[in-house]
Amino acid sequence: MNTTWSRFNITSITMGFAFLYLPIVLLVVFSFNESKLVTVWGGFSTKWYVSLFQNQALMDAAWVTIRVGLISATVATVLGTLAALALTRYTRFRGRVLFSGMVFAPLVMPEVITGLSLLLLFVAVGLDRGFFTLTLAHISFTMCFVAVVVQSRLVTFDRSLEEAAMDLGASPVATFFQVTLPVILPAIVSGWMLAFTLSLDDLVTSSFTSGPGATTLPMKIYSQVRLGVTPEINAACTILIAIVATGVIIASVVNKRREVQRLRDEQAALRG
Amino acid sequence: MAGATLSATTANGAATAQPATQLANSFVSKLVIIVPYAFLVIFFLVPFFIVFKISLSQTVIAMPPYTPAFNFGGGLSGIIDQLKQLNFDNYIFLTEDPLYINAYFTSVIVAGISTLLTLLVGYPIAYGMSRAPATLRPTLLMLVILPFWTSFLIRVYAWIGILKPEGLLNQLLLSTGIISEPLIILNTYTAIFIGIVYSYLPFMILPLYSALEKMDYSLVEAAQDLGCPPITAFWKITFPMSLPGVLAGCLLVFIPAVGEFVIPDLLGGSQTLMIGRTLWNEFNNNRDWPVSSAVAVLLLLVLIVPIVIFQHAQARAQEQGR
Repeated sequence: MNTTWSRFNITSITMGFAFLYLPIVLLVVFSFNESKLVTVWGGFSTKWYVSLFQNQALMDAAWVTIRVGLISATVATVLGTLAALALTRYTRFRGRVLFSGMVFAPLVMPEVITGLSLLLLFVAVGLDRGFFTLTLAHISFTMCFVAVVVQSRLVTFDRSLEEAAMDLGASPVATFFQVTLPVILPAIVSGWMLAFTLSLDDLVTSSFTSGPGATTLPMKIYSQVRLGVTPEINAACTILIAIVATGVIIASVVNKRREVQRLRDEQAALRG
Repeated sequence: MAGATLSATTANGAATAQPATQLANSFVSKLVIIVPYAFLVIFFLVPFFIVFKISLSQTVIAMPPYTPAFNFGGGLSGIIDQLKQLNFDNYIFLTEDPLYINAYFTSVIVAGISTLLTLLVGYPIAYGMSRAPATLRPTLLMLVILPFWTSFLIRVYAWIGILKPEGLLNQLLLSTGIISEPLIILNTYTAIFIGIVYSYLPFMILPLYSALEKMDYSLVEAAQDLGCPPITAFWKITFPMSLPGVLAGCLLVFIPAVGEFVIPDLLGGSQTLMIGRTLWNEFNNNRDWPVSSAVAVLLLLVLIVPIVIFQHAQARAQEQGR
């Protein structure tokens, strides 16, 4: 097949990526600005990073954010993987339509609704708002993203592998842990990462469901942004971007390596 | 592989105890469904009923700031007493105040225009990606996904520095002499459009790309061999075949954009009116929980049709993937 990559296509991709990346690049560049005016270049400086690390409130918020992210992403991954298994493996059970609705709807649900409804739930049952409610809220909206990522991998999964294992006498539970899990593990890992970054990122749901003492970094950044743009926020954003970018790049390298290893194993198996 | 074989043999040895394992297995398979199901019911479904119930309550200055409060101590008659106190006053208030009606209409229109703009920007990119050399495609795909991993708030914030009157865009345009007066973009609907297109672009590109990449391009080549001009071939073949991707992309942008809070709040300023922000202000500034619940219920009603279409599209895609 002839895939001519025309000038039009190259131009549209180049412009598209410039649009996607230029604002982020500018944000990073101006975090190293000497001047307090964010948009006027006054020479290179790292002083905003220094003042950032001396800002105790911001550091506390970062710590809360990371803890909530780690706990909620882990729980959400377990629940989301179970939900994905339920959706792909059990095509008939009572209330399946409702179940798939509850998995897909949160993906597009406006956050103000999710946040408000969870807050009203916590108030109705008398839970004090704080770290615990914040984590619960994050689990409930991130698990659906995990479910979708894992489910898309499970749909293409070759079930004859599982059937072979069960024919050889493995119990379904053993089959899951020894056959299914290794195959869908990359999807589970990317589901975890997605849940973690969504949790790091969240402003609206967090603002509704968190209480005193559990301010997250996005909440802190938001309240400062409302007062005006400062290079310190640029610095905080740059660090967040750096963390996420490193994570994504490491994950993709690991994934690629695993893929190469898998192909090599398969070829070796075919050869005999 | 060795591990799998080993466990298969051990499991074979235990096959004599089959009734017990079968019972355990059916219990496990029930658990796989029940655990996430129960979690979603408690944290997704029940909260909606609570929102609905509170939207029918009255505002009071207390904690919680609505009446009747949840109280199941009074038995059945107590619950019936509470139900009698519920009414639609908040909804009547919302429909009588033009502020809310305007906010709903504006939100739907702003989201609709932004969705179209996102489609216009995203389609050429997705098309270009799908026609790129196959070796380059995974890299391009990752480049589209990468900004999605960086914080939404940060990406919206980045545009403040670009769009404000003394911002980078105006500096560039003024210094090149294209304009002589700074453009006022920040705190207008234009800024909201830019913010939504920018933030939601990956959501549009990904479904479009997956639809276009699957397409059999030889159909277009055949049409062109038979004398069809490229543009006609595009409208008659490529675009109709990409329609599932167009639909999915538009819904993924439109539904969250209607209730968007961060973008209107940071880029739109106080002059713009969108329902997500109205809800937020009603709740956080006016502390009127019943009215903000009613706002949420009506917002959900506006979105219920697109959400159902979205779910059907998802379910169909899942069936096809099987």
